[in-house]
Amino acid sequence: MTARPGVSSDQLGSFAVLLVFSLLCWAPARAEELVADLTSHLIAITTGFTGASVVLFGAVDGPGDVIVAVRGPDREMTVRRKSRVAGIWVNTQEVTFANVPSFYAIAASRPMLDILSPAAAAFYRLGISNLKLAASTPAPSVVVDAFRTALERTQQQAGLFVERLGKVDFLGERLFRTTIMFPSNVPTGTYLVEVFLVRDKDVVSGQTTPLVVSKVGVDASVFDFATRQPGFYGAIAVLTAIVAGWLASLPFRGA
Amino acid sequence: MDIYLPIAEVSLDIFVLLGLGAAVGFLSGVFGVGGGFLLTPLLIFIGVPPTVAVASSANQLVGASVSGVLAHWRRGNVDFKMGYVLLVGGLLGSLLGVWIFTLLKRLGQIELTISICYVLLLGGLGGLMMIESIRALFRLHRPGVSRRRLHQHTWMHGLPLKARFRRSRLYISALLPVGIGFVIGVLSAILGIGGGFIMVPAMIYMLGMPTSVVPGTSLLQIIFVAANVTVLQAYTNHTVDAVLALVLLVGGVVGARIGTRFGMRLRGEQLRLLLALIVVAVAAKLAFDMTVRPADLYSIASEKG
Repeated sequence: MTARPGVSSDQLGSFAVLLVFSLLCWAPARAEELVADLTSHLIAITTGFTGASVVLFGAVDGPGDVIVAVRGPDREMTVRRKSRVAGIWVNTQEVTFANVPSFYAIAASRPMLDILSPAAAAFYRLGISNLKLAASTPAPSVVVDAFRTALERTQQQAGLFVERLGKVDFLGERLFRTTIMFPSNVPTGTYLVEVFLVRDKDVVSGQTTPLVVSKVGVDASVFDFATRQPGFYGAIAVLTAIVAGWLASLPFRGA
Repeated sequence: MDIYLPIAEVSLDIFVLLGLGAAVGFLSGVFGVGGGFLLTPLLIFIGVPPTVAVASSANQLVGASVSGVLAHWRRGNVDFKMGYVLLVGGLLGSLLGVWIFTLLKRLGQIELTISICYVLLLGGLGGLMMIESIRALFRLHRPGVSRRRLHQHTWMHGLPLKARFRRSRLYISALLPVGIGFVIGVLSAILGIGGGFIMVPAMIYMLGMPTSVVPGTSLLQIIFVAANVTVLQAYTNHTVDAVLALVLLVGGVVGARIGTRFGMRLRGEQLRLLLALIVVAVAAKLAFDMTVRPADLYSIASEKG
């Protein structure tokens, strides 16, 4: 593991915020069952981006467990399956899922099965297996299930579907915090961070906070330029390459 | 040290990218092939999305080829006339190629087509080149054998529109290079490559060009084909990562310069045998991959929503 100064200073800041927050909470703010916020609502992707972490902190009004789910913007994904045709492996079957979260992470203060009933987990779509992934390709349900499992496995391997991304830790009975980690291949867009308070195996309160993952600085400009002025961008890319190639050959002149 | 690539949307180690660029640049300097056929699969292997890998390697090829052509040009090893004639065919061919590509993509079998094309092309060409260069090497060791004829006369020399290519010391029909350029243009568009590894053997064996002018002339035409692909990809698919291309280029030009000098030290026959070995190795690897049961039968394609 390499030291990441950005993360540690982030965490330091979060402790300070947490301290202030906890002092405020001791005041008679009892009406809310659950209050939570993030140390930052923006993940800025810059040239040196290697992933990021955000601390979610909050308080509950009494004993209970907390579940945190982070959901990235939906995307359409096609899963293809290969089979052997004349000795060669060929894509033969495909199933398209219309609304797959591009990122999904879930954390809980205790193992999910211990604190939440399967029915409630299904209702609130908590856990990778409870995500509502609708197949837009007509296929028998056995086939769709197999493709769905493959999709879940692949996304997990890519670090884009994460279960227990870091436990939700309680500090005393009321204050909790958890660290949400984002890998370097995190998709951009508006994320929703859902926090649930769970008692007696059911959700009693919930709160949703947005989180934006966005490119900033030079990378954002390059990306914007490439999408808004594609032809011009292409021409510039070619010209840059030509100039770079020419420049590179200069110091060797006469060699 | 990691660098974030804005179009590919991943962070990769900058030194890995530089090294990759240098290795491919070295090959391009020695043989005059663009190296796209190696660069693209390698980029995909280290985690760049395939569409971005194809488009960005085209972008880096432009720069690498410019630098290569300049190097060869200073030594007088570029046949500009031949290059332009090949290019005319190449541009026409790439139009047809893009159309075929779109058709195959709609049918969902583009990946397989690409693999099969690669295996057949690389295997066939590489095999022929290997046999020829081994023969040539043995001929050299036998004393008292007469020099090779400049070229053999076949039906190809009966075609109309004869033109003189002074640098290549050839007097042949212009239809021949236009035709070769056309076929390569089609293949380049389908395979997403500059076509150097097809171009080089075609120049040597079909046109009968002297080996010394082949790399420079091949690179000259690759500049234009790659530039065409870059602009088309940027325009239609937004998949050209200029940052990635630039990093690869920095490594590439260094590699290309070393490669050009290294290439000068080798004899034509050795050069051809080496290229043949690389080409056959890549073909064997691709053929092997097609028949081996994949680690994961499932693959995922994501549409940006």
